[in-house]
Amino acid sequence: MITSKLRLAALALLLGSTPALAQDKILNVSYDIARELFEALNPEFQTHWKDKTGREVSIDQSHGGSSKQARAILEGLPADVVTFNQETDIDVLAKNGMVAENWREALPNGASPYYSMPAFLVREGNPKGIKDWSDLARDDVQPIFPNPKTSGNARYTYLAAYAYALQENGGDHDKAQEFVGKIFANVPVFDTGGRAATQTFAERSMGDVLVTFEAETRGIAKQYADQGFEAVTPSTSLFAAFPVAVVTENAEKNGSLEISTEYLNWLYSPEAQETLAEHNYRTTDPDVTAKHAADFPEVKLLTVDDVFGGWDKVQAEHLAEGGILDKVFVNR
Amino acid sequence: MTAAAPIRAKRVLPGFSLSLGTTLLYVALIILIPVIALILKGAQIGPSQFWSIVTSPRTLSALRVTVTAAALATLFNAFYGLLMAWVLTRYDFPGKRILDALMDVPFALPTAVAGISLTALYSANGWFGAPLSGTGVEIVYTLAGVTLAMAFTSTPFVVRAIQPVLEDLDPTLEQAAMTLGARPFAIFRRVVLPAILPAWLAGSTVAFARSLGEFGAVVFIAGNLPFKTEIAALLAYIRLEEYDYQGAAAIALVLLGFALILLILSNWLQFRAARHLEARP
Repeated sequence: MITSKLRLAALALLLGSTPALAQDKILNVSYDIARELFEALNPEFQTHWKDKTGREVSIDQSHGGSSKQARAILEGLPADVVTFNQETDIDVLAKNGMVAENWREALPNGASPYYSMPAFLVREGNPKGIKDWSDLARDDVQPIFPNPKTSGNARYTYLAAYAYALQENGGDHDKAQEFVGKIFANVPVFDTGGRAATQTFAERSMGDVLVTFEAETRGIAKQYADQGFEAVTPSTSLFAAFPVAVVTENAEKNGSLEISTEYLNWLYSPEAQETLAEHNYRTTDPDVTAKHAADFPEVKLLTVDDVFGGWDKVQAEHLAEGGILDKVFVNR
Repeated sequence: MTAAAPIRAKRVLPGFSLSLGTTLLYVALIILIPVIALILKGAQIGPSQFWSIVTSPRTLSALRVTVTAAALATLFNAFYGLLMAWVLTRYDFPGKRILDALMDVPFALPTAVAGISLTALYSANGWFGAPLSGTGVEIVYTLAGVTLAMAFTSTPFVVRAIQPVLEDLDPTLEQAAMTLGARPFAIFRRVVLPAILPAWLAGSTVAFARSLGEFGAVVFIAGNLPFKTEIAALLAYIRLEEYDYQGAAAIALVLLGFALILLILSNWLQFRAARHLEARP
């Protein structure tokens, strides 16, 4: 008697709750260092969704290296939306039919609600006088950045240094390769991720300059306020998109297409953009950008499309095994 | 006349076929199928490409770093593990139980935490690293660091393998040898060593195999410089980051091969040692 009642209750729970839960729950799979950012954004979106629809939504977060995250999704992690720091990692999902082929056109600014760029963090008083990429190739300067093979962050560092050298040398690829090779030869340690590189720089006192996203440099300077780190923005850097996309295959299955789309659209709203600016990301909303203009120095931003002819070419010529990155990295 | 009592003692667990069936199912699901999947992944690329991946200078260098560091770590643990086991079984002292429990810490601690802690301690501004680097000894971001991390994570294997054998070893054998005039080293070599050798070898081999595959602790302390301190497990991880599943599988297979050869060798040595012991008068 009791068991049959229990079984009925369980059945009712299963039948009754699954569709409702599926609608009001999304999983945002994101890159490693966005943990705090989305912890700040998600409650705001929950309020927004409640105001708009009167429904509650719960948002699960999953963070890790963005290539690792993409692989996990390919292998079945039921992500509804992805918020990455690498366009190539969304392209991989698109190639496997999990994300719409034209995901870049689905949202403004190449589906990147916020952006950043590789920049520098130097020790108190900038004792080595590091101002630009050329200083990183000096013999007396030790830069710290993670392994570009395991960190998307460092892939941008590599590409930005390369783009800078191309610009300085009138597009000479041999000279650019040599320049980047010099920088790599000065790196004493290659950690596997951005956070580990930060530890190496801040806690182990290794190196003279940490190269990471501008958004990170300011965050680290705040976090290690006692060490007096200074953020330095180079003259030229590379536009680093933080692309977002709905994983349509999963969202359709989970019945979360509507809320997933709204979630990503909302990232462009003034309130979300304000939070993003507070977390040191450069924003796309003109009003918010104007309000925070003083926080973000002017910089000449190159893009992967303009300098390298798109991510597919970067992947094939630079990042693939045996490509230019491997040559630079291995012959350091 | 009452029926004779059953000769065969009743087993605690249900019948042989059920026990063995469950065991085999478990082994298949948890161990064999993943390994077979790995081998199939590696087989997809064909022997010539497999060979070129495995013999590329970068892979060879990573394998050399891995095997060298694992061998050094194992030598260290073979000596230190024996000493620890000896102290824990032969002496009584306050805090012995705590020391005994501490032996298992490397098993329980997440390896990444171990790696970060070791790096913090031995880095140029760490507690141990600062005085060491004053004397010109660099641990962190060198082969020594890789060895240290591997030694840390594989210590318990040796200790826990020797400990029960030493506990079972009858001290009267040593006392008898002493009354016959044997000197301490002779007693160790002729009485203690033959008894613990199989377990010692087995523990050391497992420690070696474990060190070959260690990743979490090593990547934090290694510095991961290609051709210098890049380990094979990291290279396999890098191949995965490039969505190069087959390259990763090839490297993993080589490590697996090494470990299997070691385990077979160790079993053979133990078998020989056991036969040798039985053959003695």
